[in-house]
Amino acid sequence: MVVENPLIAKSRKPGNFVILRIGEDGERFPLTIAGADPVRGTITLVVQIMGVSSSKLVALEPGDCITDLVGPLGKPTHIGKIGTVLAAGGGVGVAPLLPIVEAFKKAGNRVVTVIAARNKDLIILEDEIRKWSDEVIVMTDDGSYGRQGLVTAGMEEIIQRENIDECIVIGPAIMMKFASMLTKKYNIPTQASLNSIMVDGTGMCGACRVTVGGKTKFTCVDGPEFDAHQVNFDEMLMRLGGYLQEEKRATEIYLQKL
Amino acid sequence: MRSKTKNKERTQIERVKMPELAPMIRVKYQDREVNMGLELDQALKEATRCMDCVNPTCIEGCPVSINIPKFIKYIEKGDILLAAATLKETNALPAVCGRVCPQEKQCESKCFYVDKLDKPSVAIGHLERFAADYERNSGAANIPEKASPNGIKVAAVGSGPASLAFAGDMVKYGYDVTVFEALHEIGGVLKYGIPEFRLPNSVVDFELENLRKMGVKFETNYIVGRTSSFEDLREEGYQGFFIASGAGLPRFMDIPGENSNGILSSNEYLTRVNLMGAAMDDKDTPVLKGKYVAVIGGGNTAMDSVRTALRLGASRAMIIYRRSEAEMPARIEEVKHAKEEGVEFMTLCNPLEYFADEKGRVSGMRLNRMGLGEPDSSGRRRPMPIEGSEFELDVDLVVVAVGVSPNPLVPSCLPDLKVTKWGTIVVDEDKMQSSISEMFAGGDIVRGGATVILAMGDGRRAAENMHNYLQSKSNN
Repeated sequence: MVVENPLIAKSRKPGNFVILRIGEDGERFPLTIAGADPVRGTITLVVQIMGVSSSKLVALEPGDCITDLVGPLGKPTHIGKIGTVLAAGGGVGVAPLLPIVEAFKKAGNRVVTVIAARNKDLIILEDEIRKWSDEVIVMTDDGSYGRQGLVTAGMEEIIQRENIDECIVIGPAIMMKFASMLTKKYNIPTQASLNSIMVDGTGMCGACRVTVGGKTKFTCVDGPEFDAHQVNFDEMLMRLGGYLQEEKRATEIYLQKL
Repeated sequence: MRSKTKNKERTQIERVKMPELAPMIRVKYQDREVNMGLELDQALKEATRCMDCVNPTCIEGCPVSINIPKFIKYIEKGDILLAAATLKETNALPAVCGRVCPQEKQCESKCFYVDKLDKPSVAIGHLERFAADYERNSGAANIPEKASPNGIKVAAVGSGPASLAFAGDMVKYGYDVTVFEALHEIGGVLKYGIPEFRLPNSVVDFELENLRKMGVKFETNYIVGRTSSFEDLREEGYQGFFIASGAGLPRFMDIPGENSNGILSSNEYLTRVNLMGAAMDDKDTPVLKGKYVAVIGGGNTAMDSVRTALRLGASRAMIIYRRSEAEMPARIEEVKHAKEEGVEFMTLCNPLEYFADEKGRVSGMRLNRMGLGEPDSSGRRRPMPIEGSEFELDVDLVVVAVGVSPNPLVPSCLPDLKVTKWGTIVVDEDKMQSSISEMFAGGDIVRGGATVILAMGDGRRAAENMHNYLQSKSNN
């Protein structure tokens, strides 16, 4: 979705996210900024329908207003000229990966990207990723598109034939956990962009806290990217499930109302 | 007025009792105010107790030196609107302060009755609230006089009590004032922190509307330093900045199990309930509910959290505080109300560890008992663990309310801004001016977690000094 917000379009950097709210009764939730056009004054958000808030967002028509939108939040990705970068995106995680891939390529790096999803329909932004990558491998769980297998299979193939200086992984927490375990085996410095539950997004409440290197950090102000090998993914996965019951019930009620 | 009633008669009157909603009724409602307010006759009678001392020590106890005898004598005379106007000469938000100030540590502690007569003080706080509510309900719009506009733009960062007080004064001096707020609602702690059963949002909204009527502009969803930089705002013509972004950074205890589900900071818990309306069915934001709730801490935020938990259906709502009740920083009235509502006070107890079930949800905690030793740096007796006193408690929701720190977001955008190691902004204490000359600061971002009245005092002082600074700049 392309959203008009000239101030955020101008000040945003790759890796930043926004917090949105749909309707006066809506909850606050984060989405990474997938792209921006400072000239037109717009930002691009990619959203997958998961529950109530994402459904409400997708239900908006062109011309509608998002009730509240604030940003840019989070620390931007540290982009440098380091050599060869392996970028790995799972599902809707490819959206926040795109601006990072673009930035690393523009900084003069060789960029090899693996994008993965459960099936062909969930592979997104392939053309845009190809535009900014030297090589792209597409993986699907069911083999309906590209190669069959998990993202880690594609990553390992590349790792074994090239010298990778840094890796970026963005996707569902479980995907980032296993991708991180893989790169740890090969001692490749890896950044993961975490998708913790948030309320304010400005460091005020601690809902998004994660343990990194044994210390508590806030995803919204210390992250959203962290050294993947230091992240306690099991704890993060556990915290992501903190509102499962409430989320399920809310979705049921919302679908009934429609 | 002094001669109208003899002091001997005045001192015979018993201190008024604030009408309160019955505890067993009020624990069912998040949004019903506990203190119901004085009636006119009660206020007149209480105002008569004030002896209009020649040397009013009560004023010394007030952080912003409100002329207390003056407003109370107006009430005694029946000129309630003049009483409200007197309050507003010094205090931007009397309806708020009358409800949330710790009067027992401030004005009322210095009242002649307490000092010399060993009797309950004049109920200054209740009278302040009465006058402010009366004015609000009377519809008599008291829009103060403004100087003619001088066209100079100033910005306030944050929309809590410090900025609201700053904005109210600056707009009166004739400045073009914009208040920038990161959240989607205005008011800071007044909205997200203090529950409706203590401070109704309608009271806050009325004051905000008054500021709008005076010409103050508000921008929500705007993080100064991120959405635009300070440099961008300077280019837009802003010549002065008041940074009052508050102490919105939660503190945790860093003990094992603290990241389990069902353990929240008080900021998160109260923001979900107060700002996002999570307890209401028609609001999307959820809040975790518990039957056995422990709130760690002994201040007003802890009281707010534990009383909220009761209202959300807790069977047991416990305060866990490492010192004794005498050392608790909370307002005495909050502690009293909490006890009436059935909150259990487990003082001289300290959490050691949390346990969780197989899904990662907190299920219990281990604590030990404390004894009090010699005073520490805060002047209070230091709590020391008692060996062998460990015990366990079943809990399914924990709220950590052990204090807050300054939110680092804004200071991190200003590398030249001098801050302490705790993240508070360093200012000249009289002028509230920071190390960057056109930037002033006040409220919790300077003091750490403190009170509404202190924040407002800072806002007013900053306004006066920024006004002097900008006037002398334009004269040069």
